[in-house]
Amino acid sequence: MIRLEKRPQPSRAWSLATPLVAVLATMAFGGLLFAALGKPPVEAIRTIFWEPLFGEFAFYYRPQLLVKGAPLVLIAIGLSLGFRAGIWNIGAEGQYIMGAIFGAGAGLAFYPSDSFLIFPFMVIAGAFGGWIWAMIPAVLKTRFGTNEILVSLMLVYVAEQFLASVSLGLLKNPEGFGFPGSRNLQSWDAAHNAELIAGTGMHWGVVSALIAVIFAYVLLNRHMTGYHIRLTGEAPRAARFAGVNPARLVLFCLGTSGALAGLAGMFEVSGPSGQVSIDFNVGYGFTAIIVAFLGRLHPVGILLAGGLMALTYIGGDIAQSNLQLPAAAIQVFQGMLLFFLLAFDLLTNFRIAIGKPEVA
Amino acid sequence: MDLSAINPVLLIASLMVAATPLLLAAIGELVVEKSGVLNLGVEGMMIVGAIAGFATAVESGSPLLGFVAAAFAGAALSVLFAILTQFAQANQVASGLSLTLFGLGLSALMGQSYVGIKPPRMGDIHIPVLSDLPVIGPILFGHDIILYFGIALTAAVWWMLKYSRMGLVLRAVGENHDAAHALGYKVLRIRLMAILFGGACAGLGGAYISLIRVPQWTEGMTAGIGWIALALVVFASWKPWRALLGAYLFGGVTVVQLNLQAAGVAIPVEYLAMSPYLITILVLVILSADKSSAPASLGRNFHASR
Repeated sequence: MIRLEKRPQPSRAWSLATPLVAVLATMAFGGLLFAALGKPPVEAIRTIFWEPLFGEFAFYYRPQLLVKGAPLVLIAIGLSLGFRAGIWNIGAEGQYIMGAIFGAGAGLAFYPSDSFLIFPFMVIAGAFGGWIWAMIPAVLKTRFGTNEILVSLMLVYVAEQFLASVSLGLLKNPEGFGFPGSRNLQSWDAAHNAELIAGTGMHWGVVSALIAVIFAYVLLNRHMTGYHIRLTGEAPRAARFAGVNPARLVLFCLGTSGALAGLAGMFEVSGPSGQVSIDFNVGYGFTAIIVAFLGRLHPVGILLAGGLMALTYIGGDIAQSNLQLPAAAIQVFQGMLLFFLLAFDLLTNFRIAIGKPEVA
Repeated sequence: MDLSAINPVLLIASLMVAATPLLLAAIGELVVEKSGVLNLGVEGMMIVGAIAGFATAVESGSPLLGFVAAAFAGAALSVLFAILTQFAQANQVASGLSLTLFGLGLSALMGQSYVGIKPPRMGDIHIPVLSDLPVIGPILFGHDIILYFGIALTAAVWWMLKYSRMGLVLRAVGENHDAAHALGYKVLRIRLMAILFGGACAGLGGAYISLIRVPQWTEGMTAGIGWIALALVVFASWKPWRALLGAYLFGGVTVVQLNLQAAGVAIPVEYLAMSPYLITILVLVILSADKSSAPASLGRNFHASR
């Protein structure tokens, strides 16, 4: 008879191995899925994971890895702080959108000035936009006990409508021949989040993502607030006795994740995407949830997971053009990854025992 | 702006149609939460139900068969959630989220060849004298059968929870799974049943959107209705009849804002489209002060140590 025995301590080895096992399982089942769609499975997996790194056109795809990975890592780092403490911000997509709108709006207000202060101002405005949007569920939770999961998620739909509204109205390019969307920030040097070293994909968003990783690592390991976050997640009752203020923690976690998501949106709108438009957001805020879990809510893990997820985005694009693999198949692939991760996590906390249980 | 273009009879009739997917999904989730499980994957199960029902109805020509398929598809997806949370002891919030992300992708994949197709129409029932009554006829007696099924299901769940032994056991498991286990009830089995029921209901709700309310298939067409259904369960304080009331309230908001859009009110379309979500938040804030009626074991995993 097979049964589960709870481990006295979560297994460290399994905790590290689970993401790898989950990725392998996803590759296997993803291959089956691709085969069911009539695509060569091995070829498809190779295209997704190998082609962007070492393929013929890797010189073009490698910089893309940074461009796609940076927003994922930035958002996931913020989310992981809350997730550790059982504070569920799942509206990062909305905070990302608001960051982009605030950032671009703050810059466009000064068009066509070429002051060097414009870009820093946009960065602050972007972070503020995401922060204020995340403060809505945070304040509602601390003041009225409202569920932050539902409120932050509802605000994604509100932000999407707001995005449509500003790209058709407030921020619409006056010289855009009536097309929706703002002025293109890429063609305005003062506001352009350009590559720092040409051809590397390295822009300010990537730099911020790396800073965020270090910041989160120090916070969680060397700082009282980080200790409170971990304590609340692992032993909520003990945390309360130790004098952790839950309301402050909610405000801090949601606020930080909102500000980081807002930053990600701002760097995206002023760099790779270039303009505020109706379909500006592509779901980074939701994919970042997978990244956070895949990285075990650990800053360094998230950095690696963000890279892997960026790889599936880029590889998915290549597979789409080379093998006509549907874009949705990649979405399923990413969803599967989270499934397997959660399933294999069983082995971290439980031991599989065979035989009859002993009488205690 | 021409508000006289809005016909109140049609408005109330379409309100009931708009409320039905919400009601179906919310009743399912209500039972799941009563058993102490928080399944945040409603949105994912709904959208998979929507495409499974749509595809089956198109291929077979029978909308009713589509609804059956949708219920099975929703339940099948919920099995994944059950495996994760009940057997692999995974965090329920994370598992529910993964179900939604997976479901959105899966539905987009399944639905590729069904974009722009019209599904077979589900006939409205016609009761000889009653359906011909002015005003009351079209509002109460001129709908499709699934709408009445939703109301009947509400009544059945209410009766089951309040008066049946099964309902009592379900609530016991939701309130205190350790005590229920000690009394000899199979906690995991009961929760599994509840999760399957919730999945089937969410699937039905999704199919109602793609087959009757819209009716066509577009990617991501549930647009947060699954999440609103989750909010509705809180709104209803875990009571079936209040879920019905809430569904009609939200259905009303949706229909009124759509009618205002059509009538060309001076408020921009985007702000009208925001209103159902904003009102959901508002209602959550007003009602979240009282949490006493929430099942005590909600969201906590159960593992029998021996």
